[in-house]
Amino acid sequence: MSDLDQFRSETRVWLDANCPPEMREPVRDDADVYWGGRKATFKNDAQKAWFEACRDKGYTVPAWPREYGGAGLSPAEAKVLREEMARINARSPLSSFGIWMLGPALLQFGTEEQKLKYLNEIARGEIRWCQGYSEPGSGSDLVSLQTFGEDKGDHWIVNGQKIWTSYADKADWIFCLVRTDKNDKYRGITFMLFDMETPGVSTKPILLISGNSPFCETFFDDVKVPKQYGDGIPAQVGEVNRGWDVAKYLLGHEREMISGADGGDRTAAIGATLTRAAGAPLDPVLRAELAMFDVDALAYAAMGEKFLDEIKVGKAHPAQPNMMKYAGTELNKRRHELIMAAGGSAALEWDSSESSEGAKPRAWLRTKANSIEGGTSEVMLNVIAKRILELPGA
Amino acid sequence: MPLYHDDDQAMLADTAAQFMGEEGAIAKQLRHWRDKGCKDGFGHALWKQMAEMGFTGILVPEADGGLGMGHVEAGIVLEEIGRNLTPSPFLTSSVMAATALGQGSDDLRARYLPGLLAGDSVFAVAIDEGAKHNPDRIACKAEKSGNGFRLNGRKDFVVQGASADMIVVAARTSGGETDAEGVTLFAVPKDAAGVGHNSVRLVDSSMASHITFENVELDGDAVIGEVDGGRAVLNRVLDAGRVGAAAEGVGVARGSMDMTVDYLKQRKQFGKLIGEFQALQHRAAHLYSEVEIARAAVIKAQQLLDAGAENASLMASVAKAKAGKAAGLAVKEGVQMHGGIGMTDEYDIGLYMKRDRALAEFMGDLYYHAGRVAEMSGY
Repeated sequence: MSDLDQFRSETRVWLDANCPPEMREPVRDDADVYWGGRKATFKNDAQKAWFEACRDKGYTVPAWPREYGGAGLSPAEAKVLREEMARINARSPLSSFGIWMLGPALLQFGTEEQKLKYLNEIARGEIRWCQGYSEPGSGSDLVSLQTFGEDKGDHWIVNGQKIWTSYADKADWIFCLVRTDKNDKYRGITFMLFDMETPGVSTKPILLISGNSPFCETFFDDVKVPKQYGDGIPAQVGEVNRGWDVAKYLLGHEREMISGADGGDRTAAIGATLTRAAGAPLDPVLRAELAMFDVDALAYAAMGEKFLDEIKVGKAHPAQPNMMKYAGTELNKRRHELIMAAGGSAALEWDSSESSEGAKPRAWLRTKANSIEGGTSEVMLNVIAKRILELPGA
Repeated sequence: MPLYHDDDQAMLADTAAQFMGEEGAIAKQLRHWRDKGCKDGFGHALWKQMAEMGFTGILVPEADGGLGMGHVEAGIVLEEIGRNLTPSPFLTSSVMAATALGQGSDDLRARYLPGLLAGDSVFAVAIDEGAKHNPDRIACKAEKSGNGFRLNGRKDFVVQGASADMIVVAARTSGGETDAEGVTLFAVPKDAAGVGHNSVRLVDSSMASHITFENVELDGDAVIGEVDGGRAVLNRVLDAGRVGAAAEGVGVARGSMDMTVDYLKQRKQFGKLIGEFQALQHRAAHLYSEVEIARAAVIKAQQLLDAGAENASLMASVAKAKAGKAAGLAVKEGVQMHGGIGMTDEYDIGLYMKRDRALAEFMGDLYYHAGRVAEMSGY
């Protein structure tokens, strides 16, 4: 038996013993997703047991080194774990912008002391992070951001406003792009970390067309950010004024995440499920649309797998995440259009208990943001044209 | 297995790209034979060269003198064939017929495989009856006759049928036209009496036959696999053909896309390179995305087929459908973005459009395969 086969059989035994049956059911609502943090509560004992088992094993971040709270798995082992979890439909034990975004940035740009402190906190689900990027006047043109940090010697005084900050009202800390030099557009931004409880930070949820408020406006009013939190722990990641490098690196990760390259049911075929749910044969033209969608979805699932395989060995084009993000989000929008079409008038119900408080229409509306957040589809196409196809003047 | 080529496969891809780019180039093969009005639609000398390169025996087991490789390797050659629009019997002979013969008796393999490996023989595959691919319906009849069979019926879209030394024919030996069982595959030799060819030139300058079988007497040893149990062999041949045609389709898509993107960087209008216009940039970027996804679907299907995986046949249909979508988009955008010059015979982009049209129909089009995906998924 190869080492990998050995690992697979051990993983099966471990999952069997540690993943409660409730954690193998599909996620139904927000409370089914555990985000960690100071204010976190568990929905039930099963969620708590599953999270704690994974935390203690390093499986909230399996591929991170052990000293940072991970399990130190090789890429091949991490893939086996993913496959085995997918096989039993195990839920993710911990969802976190710390895992998806700040973590990768710290691993790349952080000091050793920053990694030891923040990565362990993230892995253990102790601190919930949010991301302060977009501003009212800086969406697609992010680098024009205006939130300003004034240098006061041993600290910064930060003033400005962020928007579309996911779950800012529930987060403990923020990683935030702050202009620290007004004379240099690209080399005048610092990637700052600070506590959301710092005086002068306030948040206001934004009510969306889905009726939900996953995003906030975040205001900074004379927020005092110390330049050092301790030895080797500066307030910023990377160098002062070089935060754009970190941001760009991180946008790649965000695009991978939104693209659904991390797997999950966004890449699954849906025709069979929707037809079964309808309880009667669907209109033949709709069936044809579903079939066309399933072809695209199954092909995209292969693309997701190929993309992950290629990233691991550095074979993927550095701009390929933009393609994944573009194709993945457009596909997801189409998926939810078809769910609505197949659902008919039942899929219009907004707050009935039969409709799980309008799960379908709310999810459908939510997907319209997929191709806007993290870089619009149009920006993704611009990047593909410029960096991959090398078209002129793009 | 990771979804990219390993070192050996990458080396084969380099070799195939260089060979096809030089020897299989459009001017040297497709245009040359087309302009001569060649009755075969391809060059035998190139086929011989492909044999010398070892390409013809990629899917033939080592025990039979081949390379014993898989569909990933065959697909590497096919992608280059697609990219260069190289006319050759590779897909029908080395992929589909070789897959059928792989299920055949020792005698059959000894009779036909050496010619294939040497590039001396060309094989065709006769499945379709009618203008649309529908392998669930096989009406062509083979009745018991002495120690063998008597074949009657007709087949259509038999690519390179008139040039073939042997034709793999799917015929009915029992049951009704649409029964799954009762199908048998035969290796019908070129010189069999009663085989009539109406060989026609297609839009892409390839040649295909409408074949009639009139009381064609076949020996019992012409049977490939088992009598009445040919559906299993046929399914293998179909999957090999689907995945192979999909790989060629990806090559057509990439060839067409590369040519078009190059053109966007050269052609000036309104004092600008047309590639500077965002309206064209976004369409080119969308095309890139579709072609990349099609490539991924194709390599996934190749690997599943090589591994004998349960879902290989589903993925074969996904690959054929997605490659068809991507290539169709690539050639249509190609001609449109080239503008007037794209409508001229002198310029190659139109040749991609023609090849894509023929390849789209071969082994079932997008609609057939999307429908098959739905059926296999249970709706």
